[in-house]
Amino acid sequence: MTCDICGKNEATVHITEIVNDQVTKLHLCEQCAREKNAEMEEHFGLSDLLSGLADLGASIESKGASQIKCPNCGLTYQDFRKDGRLGCSECYETFKKEIAPLLKRIHGSDRHIGKVPLKTGGKTVKETKSIQEFKMKLDKAIQAEDFEEAAHLRDKIKEMEAKAKEDRERAGGSGK
Amino acid sequence: MKIDDFLKQDTEWLKGTGPMSHIVISSRVRVARNIEKLPFSQRADKYRLEEILTAVTDAAASVPLLKNSLSVRLKDVGDVDRLFLVERHLMSPEHAKDVEYKSLIVEPKEIISIMVNEEDHLRIQVLQSGFNLRETWHILDELDNELARRLPFAYSPKWGYLTACPTNTGTGLRGSVMLHLPALVFTGQIEKVLQATGKLGLNIRGLYGEGSEATGNFFQVSNLVSLGRTEDEVIDNIERIIGQIVAREEMTRKNILSRSKEALVDRVWRAYGTMKNAHIITSNETIALLSAIRLGVDLGIVKNLDRRTINELFLITQPAHLQKIEGKALTSNERDIKRADLIRTKLK
Repeated sequence: MTCDICGKNEATVHITEIVNDQVTKLHLCEQCAREKNAEMEEHFGLSDLLSGLADLGASIESKGASQIKCPNCGLTYQDFRKDGRLGCSECYETFKKEIAPLLKRIHGSDRHIGKVPLKTGGKTVKETKSIQEFKMKLDKAIQAEDFEEAAHLRDKIKEMEAKAKEDRERAGGSGK
Repeated sequence: MKIDDFLKQDTEWLKGTGPMSHIVISSRVRVARNIEKLPFSQRADKYRLEEILTAVTDAAASVPLLKNSLSVRLKDVGDVDRLFLVERHLMSPEHAKDVEYKSLIVEPKEIISIMVNEEDHLRIQVLQSGFNLRETWHILDELDNELARRLPFAYSPKWGYLTACPTNTGTGLRGSVMLHLPALVFTGQIEKVLQATGKLGLNIRGLYGEGSEATGNFFQVSNLVSLGRTEDEVIDNIERIIGQIVAREEMTRKNILSRSKEALVDRVWRAYGTMKNAHIITSNETIALLSAIRLGVDLGIVKNLDRRTINELFLITQPAHLQKIEGKALTSNERDIKRADLIRTKLK
């Protein structure tokens, strides 16, 4: 087999490239492979290894993201990619399009279901969310004219809302 | 409370008490918190850094759980004292660097500590002896609530607590457990345990000596994921997996004892003999020998020592502790001699 690039020498290096889901197989001679490797390394060098984290999002970040600057602290997306640290809490809003997929890659989720700071009432997001989920199910049940299920869901939601209110009052009471 | 006062007392994780303390040295939980809108510590200018320091110090001063705490600016603390605080696990090695605008708050029993202006504005830690992750989290939860009443923490309903590094976003929680796993190391099973643990979303690493080499068979296991799970779920997950590892270590210890007791007994007493008679000993050798002796104590082979003494030796033979005890700076060679002296006295 001859080299795919120079077409002269015997191909001894075999590379599989995946670019935009397109799989390309390359069979190269040693010299061409070395040149190709240098090219790849140069490309890779763009994403500084230090920015391992921000780099995770490199393939999904929106165009022009590197131009965005946080109005609160002045951090640019480029800065973030360089050392993987955000500048302030507002950066999360500024770079939300880039951060959401990044969080998903790191944690396998981009939804907080844990603790809520006490001042916001001590109700967990999980509770709020599950009430919303039940309300959506109720709408569906009504549309499908499944009134038995709808009645059951309505009671369940009432019960959950009462409990959430109770928890809120309790948290508020001890918050003083 | 002064730093020197700590030298006179047992730090919490030394005690050698608490559930499963024959294998689990300590349980630690920390959360990362930031004050909303203010730049994270690495990007804040000196005025903002001072503002953060003042805000946190003032808030902490009125929290009952932190009564009589040590509260120090690290720029006012010498190099040896800083290392001393790191050796006692009261702050991270990173916190001991570039100390101009950093401070540390330590509650008198050394169970609670707060690093101010590390990577995040606050790193709140609770550390307990033995396998006590849940109780440790409950203390931290309560403390966090107290602080949240006094400081507006950066928080988003969607992403939870907002932190400088996205790997901490969400709960900002890292639970970790320090384990002594000599039997799994001797029998070569540790590799499998490391791999399996890694696959389950936990990080496991050697405690002494960074990287994969674990001096003295001590390992630290902690969670990697902080978003998409509740705090209780995270704690529960670590507890279950640690429970499995502990059971495996226990079983292996029993197996070794029934199959090759003489070899084990020989190993333990040789370690004891070296420790008792050495005149020059490095920190690494000390840790390796103490690991063997600790196993001997846990299995009832060594009867004239208790776990607390072994744990104490782990701590006081470390560089900064030796220098604090001697009351002066010591070179590495001098430390190796003083270390041996101290061990001989303790094992007499």
